[in-house]
Amino acid sequence: MLAETPTPAPTMTDPVIRIDKLTKRFGARSAVNGLSLDIPAGTIFGFLGPNGAGKTTTINLLLGLLEPSAGRAEVLGCDTRVSGDEIRAATGALLEHTGLYEQLTAEENLEFYGRAYRMPVSARRDRIEELLTHIGLWERRADRVGTWSRGMKQRLALARALLHSPSLVFLDEPTAGLDVVAAKEVREDLASLSEWEGATVFLTTHNMAEAERLCDRVAVIRAGSLIAVGEPSDLRARGSRQVEIAGRGFGEHLLSVLRARPDVEGLVANNGSLRIDVNGDADVAALVGAIVGSGAQVEEVHRGAASLEDVFFTLMKEEI
Amino acid sequence: MNSDIRTVMWKEARSLFRQRGSRIRALLTLLTPVAFFAVYSPWSAGPDWATDPLSIIAAVITPMLIVTLIIPDSIAGERERHTLPTLLASRLPDRAILFGKAVFSLLIAWGVTLLTLLLALVTVNLTHWSGKVLVYAPTVLVAGVSLSFLTAAMTSGIGVFISLRASTVQEAQQLLAAFVLGPITLLGPVVLIVSQTTDLDLIDRITRVDGELLLASALTALVIIDGLLAFLAMRRFRRSRLIES
Repeated sequence: MLAETPTPAPTMTDPVIRIDKLTKRFGARSAVNGLSLDIPAGTIFGFLGPNGAGKTTTINLLLGLLEPSAGRAEVLGCDTRVSGDEIRAATGALLEHTGLYEQLTAEENLEFYGRAYRMPVSARRDRIEELLTHIGLWERRADRVGTWSRGMKQRLALARALLHSPSLVFLDEPTAGLDVVAAKEVREDLASLSEWEGATVFLTTHNMAEAERLCDRVAVIRAGSLIAVGEPSDLRARGSRQVEIAGRGFGEHLLSVLRARPDVEGLVANNGSLRIDVNGDADVAALVGAIVGSGAQVEEVHRGAASLEDVFFTLMKEEI
Repeated sequence: MNSDIRTVMWKEARSLFRQRGSRIRALLTLLTPVAFFAVYSPWSAGPDWATDPLSIIAAVITPMLIVTLIIPDSIAGERERHTLPTLLASRLPDRAILFGKAVFSLLIAWGVTLLTLLLALVTVNLTHWSGKVLVYAPTVLVAGVSLSFLTAAMTSGIGVFISLRASTVQEAQQLLAAFVLGPITLLGPVVLIVSQTTDLDLIDRITRVDGELLLASALTALVIIDGLLAFLAMRRFRRSRLIES
């Protein structure tokens, strides 16, 4: 569908984004600080962090809109320093604001960007109808966007980001500021469109529930530095601080040995079960090994499930 | 590049005639200077309109007024309405965005000015009919057509710089108006005061200057200024600078 826009085609094993020690400084302040990350093709990648963490700056760097102060990044095989035009031609973006022209109709907004991406007339018209129908806004295509609700505008902006069938889409907090219903509709559109299109999605958010629901992999950034990366389930497991052990023989000697361990922060023994609060560095396998080694019998080990939000807050409190 | 410029111009045209949801408002904005210089001024001036420098003043002021309304809305407006980052994140080249906006305002201003000059001639012929069709003197016609184009280009170039620095459309429009229309507004009174209070008699000196030489000098100066503004605008209008500012 893209005309005159060479889109490098990554394989499923190639990362679509490679970031190597990427740094962006504005004066004395580092907005992005030595960020290194690979993002595989075909995933919805969540880039999590509080306001001011460097998420939007990272997107601007990846789109070649900002020049890095140090380090480098490749998007779809193109160096962001020298191939910004190619990157922008092959990707779609929904940034902090919808970027819609409110005095134009929904169809005209898409028509403009279809022309900008040099889509042939018939392909452009078919694609606009296809996308607006998919998100349920085809009947409202002749409305001026300024008359629409915020949720509808956001869904239209999502359609615009996907208009030229990009293989990679950047979405900067797509549900920020929306009410619960509108946010749910945007998330549903995002999930169905990304599955339907097969595009890789780079999604920034500070909404953990959203990340947990949508993302295959997530990275957590704080003050411009990467502090965790992995699948949400891995991060949840890593972030869990409670281990429950069922068994027998949990005597006072064992309890005092466990309390002396540096990775144990708290301990409660109760009727054949131990509930141990461990710190972030704890090796649970070694801990269980020590319990067994002391002569106790372990029947079941269960690591408590933390939500991604718990993990996020824990990571935010930790020192970098 | 040309098709990208046309794309930006297509969007600008749609936006202009949908300004705040009112085509009437946009048309009134454009037609106010037309009404003044195409009806009132030639009606008052009579047959002298076709040979007098007054029509050349209209050919200079009309594009300034129109560009002053369009270019700030086109550039500062993108920032004010938060549409600029998305536009910059698209595949459109920097120069296509810059020239699409600048050329659109230039063409609208030039087109409206030529229409104004034509309508003014119709007005003169209707209100001061002398038995034969009155047409512009060749020098006046050349001056009107060329000066209006180059003045529109100059105002557009200055408007780009002012709009890039201004935080709102209103601020950009006020600054641009003060910058381009201010000197012209002050020129008449200054000449008058200097002539009356000194021995220089500027009015007499100005009327004795060779009109064709003055026109050639003005055109040369405007071509140089426009070229310089275009060069500087290309250097200034860059994504990284726009995103960081």
